[in-house]
Amino acid sequence: MTRACLLVHDFLAASARRAPADIAIECDGQRIAYGVLAERSHELAHALVALGVARGDRVIVLAESSIASAIAFWAVLEAGAVISIVHPQVKPAKLAALVASCQPRVLVAGARLEATFSDVARAAPSIAHVIALGASDAEARARGWLAWDAALALGAGASGPPRRCLDVDLAAIIYTSGSTGAPKGVMLTHRNMVAATHSICECLAMRRDDTILSVLPLAFNYGLYQMIMAVAVGARLFLERSFAFPNEIVQRIAAERVTGFPGVPTIFATLLGLDLARHDLSSLRYLTNTAAALPVKHLLRLHELLPQARIYSMYGLTECKRCTYLPPEDITRKPASVGIAIPNTELWLVDRDDRRLDTGEIGELVIRGSTVMAGYWGEPEETARKLRPGPLPGERVLYTGDLCRLDDEGYLYFVSRMDDIIKSRGEKVPPAEVEAAIMQITGIREVAVIGVPDELLGEAVCAYVLLDGSAALDARAIKRECQARLESYMVPAVIVVSDELPRMANGKIDKTQLARNHT
Amino acid sequence: MIDSASDHERVRQFVTSNFYVPDGAKLDDTTPLIEAGILDSTGVLELVTFIESTFGIQVGDEELVPANFGSIQALCTFIGRKRG
Repeated sequence: MTRACLLVHDFLAASARRAPADIAIECDGQRIAYGVLAERSHELAHALVALGVARGDRVIVLAESSIASAIAFWAVLEAGAVISIVHPQVKPAKLAALVASCQPRVLVAGARLEATFSDVARAAPSIAHVIALGASDAEARARGWLAWDAALALGAGASGPPRRCLDVDLAAIIYTSGSTGAPKGVMLTHRNMVAATHSICECLAMRRDDTILSVLPLAFNYGLYQMIMAVAVGARLFLERSFAFPNEIVQRIAAERVTGFPGVPTIFATLLGLDLARHDLSSLRYLTNTAAALPVKHLLRLHELLPQARIYSMYGLTECKRCTYLPPEDITRKPASVGIAIPNTELWLVDRDDRRLDTGEIGELVIRGSTVMAGYWGEPEETARKLRPGPLPGERVLYTGDLCRLDDEGYLYFVSRMDDIIKSRGEKVPPAEVEAAIMQITGIREVAVIGVPDELLGEAVCAYVLLDGSAALDARAIKRECQARLESYMVPAVIVVSDELPRMANGKIDKTQLARNHT
Repeated sequence: MIDSASDHERVRQFVTSNFYVPDGAKLDDTTPLIEAGILDSTGVLELVTFIESTFGIQVGDEELVPANFGSIQALCTFIGRKRG
C-alpha cells in the first residue's frame, strides 16, 4: 500500500523506498542516490534531536547549494523542526536580523562563511549549536562548532526520529523582502508545501525520468522547490551554484540530456545571447519562467529555438508559492498572459472596496487554496493585512498586493505591484532597504532608489544620491560600499551622483518624476 | 606595448575597486573569484566589458569559462594569450 505524503519529507521517504539506487542530486562533481540521501537525513535528524532540537524549533541553513545543504533541509524537517534557508551572500547585519526574528536553535553553516556568521552566532542567545560544513573536526572544535561529519556521527538509525508533526505544523520560514525594507518571514506549513508540490508537478507533467538542472539558489523558494519537486517524483537534480558561466551550463544541459530547466528572465535573456543552435538541446522537455515576466519576444524566441520544449510562463509569490501558469499550448495565442490558476487554486480580482471585478477591470489579485501561507512569523498586523476572511467561515485568503486583470477567457495579466518593490534579476529589491544601506555610507546626504527598465535585468536598481561633502565619494566608491552591505542583487547597477533631486510639495523626493527623467 | 606586470595590476585594481572582497578572504592571484563570493554572474559580465575595452580583445561565449575567469591569475594568462 502506498502511504499518502502528508509531510514534505514523506516525499523523500517514498522515493527512497521506490528506487534507492536512483541518483537524486548531483552537485559540484558529487552525486547522491535516494537511499543514501534518506540515510544521511535520518542521521542528521537524530543528531539534531540529540542536540536538543524540539518540534517546532527553527534551524537556519546558511550555505551554498550543495549535497550537504540538501541533506540538512530534509533532516531539519525529519527532526520535526522548521527550516529557514538563508542565501550565502547575506551580510552579517541582515543575518543578525533574521536570527533575532526566528530565534533558531541550531545554525548549519558553510565554514567558508565564517566572517558572515561567527559574531552573529556567538551573540545570539537562541543558537545552542553551530554545525559547520567544510571544516575539519579540529577547526570546528577550536571555534566551538560541531563539524558536519561529527554531527552525522551523533545520529544513527535505519529510520528517522519518531514522527512528531502534523501537516498543519510549520515546515519552513522563507524570508522575503517587504516594502518597508525589513524582511518578512513567510510561514509555510507542511500542507502548504505538499499542496504546492503536487500542483506544480502536475502542471509540468514531471516524471521520474526527468533530469532537472537548477542554477537557482536553494535559499530562493523557486530554487528550493526544484529540489522538493524532483524528490517528489524521484527525478534527478543537478544543482549549479552559479550562472556566471552560461556556456558551461548549456554544455551540461546537452551532455547530461537535461529535460527540465527553470529560469528567470535574466537567465533566459543571457541564454538567448549565446549561439544555442550550436548545442544539441533536444533533450529539453520543459522550461519554466517565474519571478518576473519574460518579455514576449524572449518567450517566442525560446519557443522557436526549442520547438520540442514546453515553455511555462508562471507567476506567483512566496506567500502562496505559485498562483498561475500559462499552458504551453497558449503561448503563441496569449504570450503576454501569466495564464490560469494552478490546479487546486482559485483566484479573483477585487477593487479597493473588496468588490469582485468583472472581466477587463484592473484590481488586486486574491488567491484561495491550500498553498496560501500561514502568515508572517511574528508579524500579526502584517499578516492581517495580507490574509483576510474568505468565503468559508474562519477561512483566510491571500490579498497579493498585485494589480492584475482577467480577459474574457479567464486568463490573467499582471499589471503592476501595489508597492514600490523593484524586481531585478527576478529577485525582490525593496528600495527602502537599499536606501537605508546607502545612508550608512559616510558622505551621503540623501538618496532615492528607483527601478528603471533594463533589457537584461528586467528592472535595474538605480540610486540617485546627494552628497554632504564630508567624504570624497564617486559612483564607483558608493557601489563598492553597497557591495559590502547588501546582497549583490540589491546593489544598484546605476548610481547617479546629483546636485539636486525633484521634490514634491512636502519636500519628499519625487520618485515618479525621477523615473520619468531617467534616460 | 603594455607589459604584463601592469596588465596584472590593472586587473587586480579593477577587481578590488569594483567588487567587494569580504573580510578575512584575502585576495591573492589564485583566489577563486566565484567561490569566494567576490564575483557573481553580473560581476563576470562587468569583468568581460572591462577586459574587452581595456585590452582591446573580444571574449567569445566559449571563452567565458572558469579556466579563463576563475581567478586573477587565470585572467592574466587569458589576456596574455589573446593578445598573442
